[in-house]
Amino acid sequence: MQKAKNLKEYREELRESLDNDFLRTTLDNFAIAYKAGRANAFKDMDVKELINEIACSKDEAGANADALYKEFKENAEAAGIHVHYAKDGDEANRIIAQIAKDTNCKKIVKSKSMTAEETLLNHDLEAAGLEVTETDLGEWIIQLRHEGPSHMVMPAIHLSRYQVGELFSDVTGKKQDSDIDKLVKVARRELRQKYVDADMGITGANFAVAETGGIGLVTNEGNARLCSTLPRVHVALMGLDKLLPKLHDALRILKALPRNATGQQITSYVTWITGANECASAEDGKKEIHYVMLDNGRSELIKDPLFSQVNRCIRCGACANVCPVYRLVGGHKMGHIYIGAIGLILTYFFHGKDKAKNLVQNCINCEACKDVCAGGIDLPRLIKEIHARILEEDGHPLPNMLLGKVLKNRKLFHGLLRAAKWGQKPVAEKDGFIRHLPLIFSKEHSFRALPTIAETPFRDWWKDNKPHVEKPKHRVALFSGCVQDFVYPEQMAAAVKVFAANDVAMEYPMEQSCCGLPVQMMGEMKTSKEVAIQNLRAFELGAYDYIITLCASCAGHLKHNYPKLVMDKPALKLKADEFASKVIDYSSFVHDVLKVEEKDYKKVDTKATYHAPCHLCRGLDVHEAPRKLIETGGMEYVECSEEEVCCGFGGTFSMKFPELSAELLSNKLNNVEETGAEVLLTDCPGCIMQLRGGLKTRGSKVKVQHIAEIMAENTK
Amino acid sequence: MSATQELVQKFTEKAELVSAFVTTVSSEDEAFKYVIDLCDKKDACQLLMSGCERDLSDKAEALCDTKQQKIIAAPGQKKGFYKELATLSKKAGFECIDSGMRDHLAGIDIGVTYAEYGIAETGTLMIDCPSEELRLATMISEYHVCILPKSKIKKDSYAVEKMMLTRMKKTPNYMAYVTGASRTADIERVLALGVHGPLELHILLLED
Repeated sequence: MQKAKNLKEYREELRESLDNDFLRTTLDNFAIAYKAGRANAFKDMDVKELINEIACSKDEAGANADALYKEFKENAEAAGIHVHYAKDGDEANRIIAQIAKDTNCKKIVKSKSMTAEETLLNHDLEAAGLEVTETDLGEWIIQLRHEGPSHMVMPAIHLSRYQVGELFSDVTGKKQDSDIDKLVKVARRELRQKYVDADMGITGANFAVAETGGIGLVTNEGNARLCSTLPRVHVALMGLDKLLPKLHDALRILKALPRNATGQQITSYVTWITGANECASAEDGKKEIHYVMLDNGRSELIKDPLFSQVNRCIRCGACANVCPVYRLVGGHKMGHIYIGAIGLILTYFFHGKDKAKNLVQNCINCEACKDVCAGGIDLPRLIKEIHARILEEDGHPLPNMLLGKVLKNRKLFHGLLRAAKWGQKPVAEKDGFIRHLPLIFSKEHSFRALPTIAETPFRDWWKDNKPHVEKPKHRVALFSGCVQDFVYPEQMAAAVKVFAANDVAMEYPMEQSCCGLPVQMMGEMKTSKEVAIQNLRAFELGAYDYIITLCASCAGHLKHNYPKLVMDKPALKLKADEFASKVIDYSSFVHDVLKVEEKDYKKVDTKATYHAPCHLCRGLDVHEAPRKLIETGGMEYVECSEEEVCCGFGGTFSMKFPELSAELLSNKLNNVEETGAEVLLTDCPGCIMQLRGGLKTRGSKVKVQHIAEIMAENTK
Repeated sequence: MSATQELVQKFTEKAELVSAFVTTVSSEDEAFKYVIDLCDKKDACQLLMSGCERDLSDKAEALCDTKQQKIIAAPGQKKGFYKELATLSKKAGFECIDSGMRDHLAGIDIGVTYAEYGIAETGTLMIDCPSEELRLATMISEYHVCILPKSKIKKDSYAVEKMMLTRMKKTPNYMAYVTGASRTADIERVLALGVHGPLELHILLLED
């Protein structure tokens, strides 16, 4: 639940989670086990195709929601079920309380429903004098603790067996030990009595199948089956997003849901209820069933050209499972009621701007969620768009406005960077780091040293050193990005050396500027768009086969976001599409296009490990090229654990949440040091800044280099 | 290997992965024997395994006292099938019932059912149970024994889709996919079997 009024309070809350050792260990173990479990569950399946099919089918269902609801309602009513439509959470809760009153129900057993969490159903039912018992073990535990869930599928993942043992001792009035199997049996017995006593059962629904008017429930414990069988009244609360045209659509989602959620091939139970079933405890022997269909903004959402994809969410929770920030702070801090990446988005739509405004800033944009989403939702983009919307509503903070103004004017921006070179003189060390941080940084930033601005930016070096290539095999343009232009120009120079040796003619268009990703990360979409247009105009596309960048983040942004940023300008959109199609990262170009060979490189036998930049491995789906290049370039590649997990830089994220950035970096560097490698190679200057700074602060001997540098160094 | 054998093998492998006990039986008589043996071996106090030996609140504890004799439930089965099982149960000293599940909500020892289909891809049983008695037998039994004719094993859920629809359209309908025993990992992600449903699932693959 979000209670923080501002970012400062939110950061204090995050601090509490970071200090919770149990939570940290649990979530670390889960993050690692989940990846292996998921991979195993999807073995021999075409996951991408399945995700694509789900996305298409859910999009279609969203577009036809009105008709589907009508069909679902008609079929359900024909089978003796009462169907209600609730425009918001309060109305849904009122309807359910009224059903209880009309049917003279006093005691309710409930199985897990995120939709009921969304409407805070239990609060309202209890206020109406009803006794509600959650029967899902995790939900029962958090209900007894008066907490919200910290994960959509494992709501009590933040608690230890000892905490549960103490809780159950209170509940039973007898001392319970902390053996998990025994605690589960205590719950089994205590709750069995609740089913016996209950007159109403409330469940959610994973599927609402229009062609049958029935619902499907996906569960492991078997509590939803008892809730929907023993009491004489059954209420199923579901969101409009659960509507599907055919049973086939449900079966398709069922292939992904358990696998993506917990790495199970299928859950213990999938229950299909169609029509008012036999019920011995009802007067006429037939169960009274009510479906409550919740809108709560969903029907508006599915009409939105961008946000309609939110409807694809199947509530598997995988976006939290892979989120490096969730792994650090848990669901209570990485969400309000819905948690994880989708939670950040749903919080804004279901629970409002105030609950969402701090949360949406806590995305490091590593795209791990997008990569794993069962509905193929572009989660990081939607999070940024919501951040932008909130800034539009609330006004832009001063630092954003200043950065925006500066970035829009390339000469001013570059002039400031050049001036910084003089400003840093008193604190610059010979090793390329700043001795102590400037005063604008607080002590939380001291986890990594910061680099100095280079003596000569790449653009100035280029004027004097542009190589002449006699018979070019390829013509390319270089896109340096700010960091390699002004901080690490030697990485660009190294690339230029290898390209020239392989007959690549190069241009460096001088009007290019920052790619714009840093401002987009701050939610400044307008500036991002203007910077994109500047860069598009700086490049003469006809003249080159490729546009090469050594920065993974720039590459991802240029390739995927530029066409979206200028979507409303048809002429520019065409140019952006062509531009995007030519963008390629360094490793792919050298490995896949130039196809360099081992014989041209000195064998140095240095042990090197690799850090996969988020925007390269997930953003551009490049995995093999850099690892192969390390070996072609004469080094011995040793694999690092969690190689494709974020280093914690995230551009402006590390400025905003230094304490989270520091933890992510620390995990990364521990893994790196464990490999025993002397050199850490990567493909992104942003990651290099983070990794080098962290290793310098640790006093580690591991050297960080861009792959381009070792390729240049080892050229025969 | 024939296509059926492949499906049987896949089904068995997947069901065992989720801790189901899979056994092949050549006839219903052999299935009865399995059930009686299982009930016999099942410790008289086995019911206590599901929580009665724990320190419970007084109300929950009262529920434990309502059970006396070992019970086998086989509701919704063919008459001959039930009669035979009831005779064998009586001989072994067990009570056999085919109705009145609500009088035994504290739990029955063994629930015996027939599956409509098996799904090899996930080791899943498809059990059509619009009858409340049958449904409850699959929920409140400590051991659920389900008979599945080998010929009824299909490749995946899509392969039983039509059969599901036929049943769903004859409303009211209540159908279940059952895969392994009832389970949870809600405390520290540690797997525990037998939360609200059966503690064990036994699948008897019937030669046909």
